[in-house]
Amino acid sequence: MSRSSKKGPWVEERLMSRIEAMNSSGQKQMIRTWSRASTIFPEMVGHTIAVHDGRKHVPVFVSETMVGHKLGEFAPTRLFRGHAGGDRARMR
Amino acid sequence: MARIAGVNVPLNKRAEIGLTYIYGVGESKARLLLHETGISPDTYVRDLTDDEVIRLREAIDGDLTVEGDLRRERSQNVKRLQEIGSYRGLRHRRGLPSNGQRTKTNARTRKGPRKMSVAGKKKVKK
Repeated sequence: MSRSSKKGPWVEERLMSRIEAMNSSGQKQMIRTWSRASTIFPEMVGHTIAVHDGRKHVPVFVSETMVGHKLGEFAPTRLFRGHAGGDRARMR
Repeated sequence: MARIAGVNVPLNKRAEIGLTYIYGVGESKARLLLHETGISPDTYVRDLTDDEVIRLREAIDGDLTVEGDLRRERSQNVKRLQEIGSYRGLRHRRGLPSNGQRTKTNARTRKGPRKMSVAGKKKVKK
C-alpha cells in the first residue's frame, strides 16, 4: 500500500538539509547517504548522490524524471552472477 | 459491423460484453459507458442504432484512453522506468515481475512457459 498523501513524501532530514545547503551555496558535491527510503525531491535534480547498496555507495545522478521515486530504486542490492555451470552464462 | 474506437468490430454480443473487445475497456467501464449514454446493457451490438453507436463513440473519445493511445502510454511508462535505471525498469528488461513478487516459484505470467532442463545435457562432452 502506498503512503498516505496527507503525510506528504518522506525524506531524511539530514540529507535534505545538506542538499539545501549545497543549493544555496551553489556547490556540487557527492553526498553519501544510507537513506535508501528517501523520496527524490525536485531540489535534488542535478546532484549526484551516492546511495548505499549494503556494501558500497553507488553514485546516482538525479535527473528530472526520477523525481518522486526513492533513492534505493537506483542502487540495486543484489548481485546475481548466474547459476553454477549454466551454459548460457559461459556463452556471454 | 459496428466500428467503435478505431478498428474494433464486436458483433453478435450484448453491448456490455461487446464493448470489452476494445483494448482499455473492461466490463466495469463498458457498464459505465452504457449507463452514461443511456443504452441498455442487454441490447445486442447488431441492434444498436446509428445514433447510439455515435453516442458511444463520443463517450469513449471524450474521457477514455483506449487502444493505440493506451498501448503507447503504457509502453512509455515502462520505457521511462528503464531509462532512469530504476529497479522496476531493470525487472522489466529482464522480463521478471516488478512489484516484488516471489520468483522462486510462480511468476509464470512474466517468465513465460517453463524452461525444462534438457535431457542428457550433463553427458555432452566439451
